[in-house]
Amino acid sequence: MIVYILCFILFLVGLFGILTSRNIIKIVIGLSFMEFSVYLFLVLIGYIDNGQAPILSDNIAAAKYVDPLPQAMVLTAIVIGLATKAMLLTMAIRIYKKFNTFDIRKVTSLKG
Amino acid sequence: MSPIVKKVTQLVSGIIFLYGIYIILHGHLTPGGGFAGGAILAGSFILLVLAFGSDVLRLRTKEEGSSLTESLAILAFVLMATMAMLLGTKIFFSNFLPKGHIGELISAGVIPLYNIAVGIEVAAALFTIFLALVIYKEEITK
Amino acid sequence: MDKFIPLFVILPLIAAFLIPVFGRFLKAFNKTITLLVFLTLLILSLFYLFAGSQASFVYHIGGWKPVNGVPIAICFLLDPFSGFMLIIINMMAFLSTLYSVSYMTRYTGENYYYTLFAIMVAGLNGVVITGDLFNLYVFLEVTVIASYALVAFGTEKEELEASFKYQVLGGMATALILFSIGMIYWYTKTLNIFDISAILKDSSDYKLIEFTQLMLIAGFGLKAAIMPFHGWLPDAHSSAPSPISAMLSGVVIKAAGLYVIFRLFFNMFEISYVIGIIITVIGTLSMVVGVFLAIGQWDLKRLLAYHSISQMGYVILGVGMGMLILSRNGSEALAALAITGGLFHLINHAVFKGLLFLNAGSIEYRLNTRDLKHMGGLSASMPLTYSTSLGASMAISGIPPFNGFFSKLIIIVAAIQARYYVLALLAVVVSIITLASFLKFQRYAFYNTKVEHEKKKYRDVPFVMILSMVIMALLCLGLSLLIIPDVRDNVLQPAVDVLMRKNDYFINILNM
Repeated sequence: MIVYILCFILFLVGLFGILTSRNIIKIVIGLSFMEFSVYLFLVLIGYIDNGQAPILSDNIAAAKYVDPLPQAMVLTAIVIGLATKAMLLTMAIRIYKKFNTFDIRKVTSLKG
Repeated sequence: MSPIVKKVTQLVSGIIFLYGIYIILHGHLTPGGGFAGGAILAGSFILLVLAFGSDVLRLRTKEEGSSLTESLAILAFVLMATMAMLLGTKIFFSNFLPKGHIGELISAGVIPLYNIAVGIEVAAALFTIFLALVIYKEEITK
Repeated sequence: MDKFIPLFVILPLIAAFLIPVFGRFLKAFNKTITLLVFLTLLILSLFYLFAGSQASFVYHIGGWKPVNGVPIAICFLLDPFSGFMLIIINMMAFLSTLYSVSYMTRYTGENYYYTLFAIMVAGLNGVVITGDLFNLYVFLEVTVIASYALVAFGTEKEELEASFKYQVLGGMATALILFSIGMIYWYTKTLNIFDISAILKDSSDYKLIEFTQLMLIAGFGLKAAIMPFHGWLPDAHSSAPSPISAMLSGVVIKAAGLYVIFRLFFNMFEISYVIGIIITVIGTLSMVVGVFLAIGQWDLKRLLAYHSISQMGYVILGVGMGMLILSRNGSEALAALAITGGLFHLINHAVFKGLLFLNAGSIEYRLNTRDLKHMGGLSASMPLTYSTSLGASMAISGIPPFNGFFSKLIIIVAAIQARYYVLALLAVVVSIITLASFLKFQRYAFYNTKVEHEKKKYRDVPFVMILSMVIMALLCLGLSLLIIPDVRDNVLQPAVDVLMRKNDYFINILNM
């Protein structure tokens, strides 16, 4: 149970980072924290105590396997997260080029 | 970078490249596979660019090449996924090759081929992302 | 039909990655292949609609059939509701691409534009036809990543800021959605939507399920920009290139947000009173607040974007009322009427809001401004843009015989029959304020003749842009035909049936 709580705390840390930090890069890092906590949660729900790696072979027929599906899901989600982070960082560099700052309070061309 | 770094990078990057290929080819047997191996391949390229540096113009041509490779790898992947449909079974992502024995390098039907396509794609994509970020940064400092 | 289902994902993907390879040698390759692909998909989806039976088809990827009734692989599902959404998506994609052929000459990097556009449509089609929860998430991300890039396509200050905002909020939504998918998997140990619904039917752990449902509403509500989560929409939709605004407002918030909410809460979870109330309340809120925020806008595209929030409120209101009536064991015919109104308004909104954004794009194409105060007197110099936008404005503010009138009428009649008099009154009031707001748009953009003398020099926009706008304006009129009972029974009723009768419906799916 304690790991789930820690996982949730990590989620809240990410949310806190997004809400309070003013640096664009730090916002991206906060977003990554949120996503990583979700990945951790997904891996945890597939975990079984004393479970083995889910590799099919002839020697151990009735072994206790951990659930492989959440692991596949996490790998896919990591790849997607990579794409979003790359987009975000590219955007951050472009914003720096246009506004000459990483401060989110000064990035205010849109109003209303 | 200093000559020591350059020399060591020259020696190491080839080995990293080989290791990436190993991971990709054994994707259906061991942990790892296309994505992990592709990331390692991209790492060897990125290491070279970091150690030797390059001017923006050369980076741009490299970026064009790697993004072209990326498109081609995805097309190869889609082609393999639809190959069975073209061959007449009407099943998307179907296995059309013999399965072989568990644990051998050439086994598991089309999965090694998918792994190779994914590996090339991931290597090219990561390298393209890296180059794009570097190019943007160079544009700012100018 | 079932063997064509994966083509909805494959064809746009192939087109998307052929463009960077061949687009650099052949000049018009990018436009031609995207148009061809979208036309093919549109014909395929119309073929599904008119082929008669409107049956459901299941497609098991890789040929992995269910074992003992337990699905073991990802499956694609084409049922009347998905078919209905596929028509909206591919029709709007085709018309927006047609418009882009001339419009996008303003920008550089057209190859990237068409690539991203095709990827976005592939993701949208995937979201609509998939029957697997995690696969839905993957397609959703494919869609939104492409749309992040498309919003920022101009790479000016505004576009970048809007896209960054969109991405941060979208990233939070992604985390929430993935988290709730994890919760559902934890509870049911399966990811297939129909399998999950079969398991949830006999479950008793309401607390966990309600928590998950709230997380899902928050996540997909962020993607659909319904009221408390709407912050990113006006920025993103007004900063994007106009065909992309039309796609984002017309299709993406519907397919990636509302479609998923309806599908999951009607077909996967048991219909519950609490969720019905929540959905109806946020629908009403976004309907009312959206229109009040829209009134004060002088930026044309921003005004239209706020109206998107308001009009999506109508859709959610209609469907939410249907859910409320069903959960209280009210009359099924009444619930069906409310849901029909919601879905009817969904397709109507796709067409007229798409058209309005294209009109805004035309004005921007000639005048290089989006500020209503700097327009005026355009009715003489851009007659076709003017007449199509007049039609769309009348459709959105609910004036007969345009389609918007009939769908709003159905929703209001359903609200009155179900004795939700306050909701009916609010729907009427919001419609009147919408009319006021669009009168302002018409007056300042097209009539205001004080500044006319300097506007004489503008001509109307190129032919293909006119063509796609005229087709959409005709659709605005033509979709009114859906009110005729025979037509409605063939087009809307099967989709409504999918939402309402999940129990006799999904048992068949699991056995296919």
